[in-house]
Amino acid sequence: MTFEPKILGILCNWCSYTGADLAGTSRIKYSPNVRVVRVMCSGRVDPTFILKAFADGADGVLVAGCHPGDCHYIEGNYKTIRRVALLKRMLSDYGIEPERFRLEWVSAGEGDRWAQVVNKITEDVRKLGPAKIKRFGASSPRFLDRQDSKAQGPKTA
Amino acid sequence: MAKLKLASYWAAACGGCDVAILDVHEKILDIAAAADIIFWPIALDFKYADVEAMPDGNIDVTLFHGAVRNSENEHLAKLLRAKSKVMVAFGSCAHMGGIPGLANLFTREEIFKRVYQETPSTVNPEKIEPQPKLTVPEGDITIPEMYDTVKTLNQVVDVDYYVPGCPPTPKQIWNVVQVIVSGQLPPKGAVVGASEKTQCDECTRKKQEKKITRFKRIATAQPDPESCFLEQGFLCMGPVTRGGCETRCQLSGVGCRGCYGPPPNVLDQGAKALSAIASIIEAKEEAEVQKIIDDIPDPLRSFNRFGIPMSLITRKVI
Repeated sequence: MTFEPKILGILCNWCSYTGADLAGTSRIKYSPNVRVVRVMCSGRVDPTFILKAFADGADGVLVAGCHPGDCHYIEGNYKTIRRVALLKRMLSDYGIEPERFRLEWVSAGEGDRWAQVVNKITEDVRKLGPAKIKRFGASSPRFLDRQDSKAQGPKTA
Repeated sequence: MAKLKLASYWAAACGGCDVAILDVHEKILDIAAAADIIFWPIALDFKYADVEAMPDGNIDVTLFHGAVRNSENEHLAKLLRAKSKVMVAFGSCAHMGGIPGLANLFTREEIFKRVYQETPSTVNPEKIEPQPKLTVPEGDITIPEMYDTVKTLNQVVDVDYYVPGCPPTPKQIWNVVQVIVSGQLPPKGAVVGASEKTQCDECTRKKQEKKITRFKRIATAQPDPESCFLEQGFLCMGPVTRGGCETRCQLSGVGCRGCYGPPPNVLDQGAKALSAIASIIEAKEEAEVQKIIDDIPDPLRSFNRFGIPMSLITRKVI
């Protein structure tokens, strides 16, 4: 049985999510491996999301937003560019291969391009195999509950 | 009132936490009046066998500092957990992994090769490296086994409270002791001896507008003593670090390094630091952004100096 990568996709509401929707309404066939989460703007994407995705078992992460200059909120995707640039260095220091994390610009009319982007990241991650990230309780109840100093005790998983 | 029984133990530690405890100066006499310290390897002559002989729950509070990186550390973490009513992860290493946690960016094999073979002053043609067991005519000699991965205390045993800092400041240590003596303990899992806000809340430097066009380093540029480090382009982890240490580093002329750990509800201090610092860079094009961030020599270790074992990824992939 071939390895099916689990890839998390975080898409901005205005351009990339609509573009992905267009791929669907156009009945384009493409890899089903990207699980999509919609945010209002790619500038909302906190590096914590990407690291947590890898810690929780994602083999790859794809962030998609509006093309630079076209952001619905004017400047959001510039912040994304800056965060992603630094995050890529951090990920490579952690030994996570660069092909596992991509930032792509997909406009609302680019249904075809969305399908291409998904196919590309799926194949790249498939070649790399499962991400071998060990978590020592990073997402365990014990870890999460200590963040809130008013915690009443261990939360259930 | 019966005297409290306290213990203080150092695992993969530097001794700074013990020094900080002693830095309460004459207040150590007040501590001695309220408590018997029944296990403190650096200062008192109790042995592991003394702890093993105790009934479970005999120690009221154990201050455990240092990370867990070998079998001895792990054994004592589990032993002291069994023998203590309250287990406190004391200092950055027990709380987050600390400086020893940086070893998680290598394997044990790489570390041994570097230390025992590659360093310039090492002469070791037979490539001898430490082994956990050595058989000699007189019998077997053992040393603790060093693990590949450094762990925080709560990744090994159940922890009741966390006292952050590298080391926790003597003032905060005294506050923590008073809480212990009063018996009014906060809910389990709390971070004690620190504020609920970030460093910026306590910092007296002038904050105006943050737009970084260049990153600078203390080694090669002189910071202005009055204004915010980040505004001048010097890295400071203040926005993503818990307060409580009275911003001693900032007052001494360097940006915060993050030793008090993440503020409440932050899962990964390094990720938040990355996000905060990236937001205030003044550039729009990828090439320009790349040029500016190339001035940061080591983002991972700058943003997550003390907390790699506690971070979401915990260690370099092996």
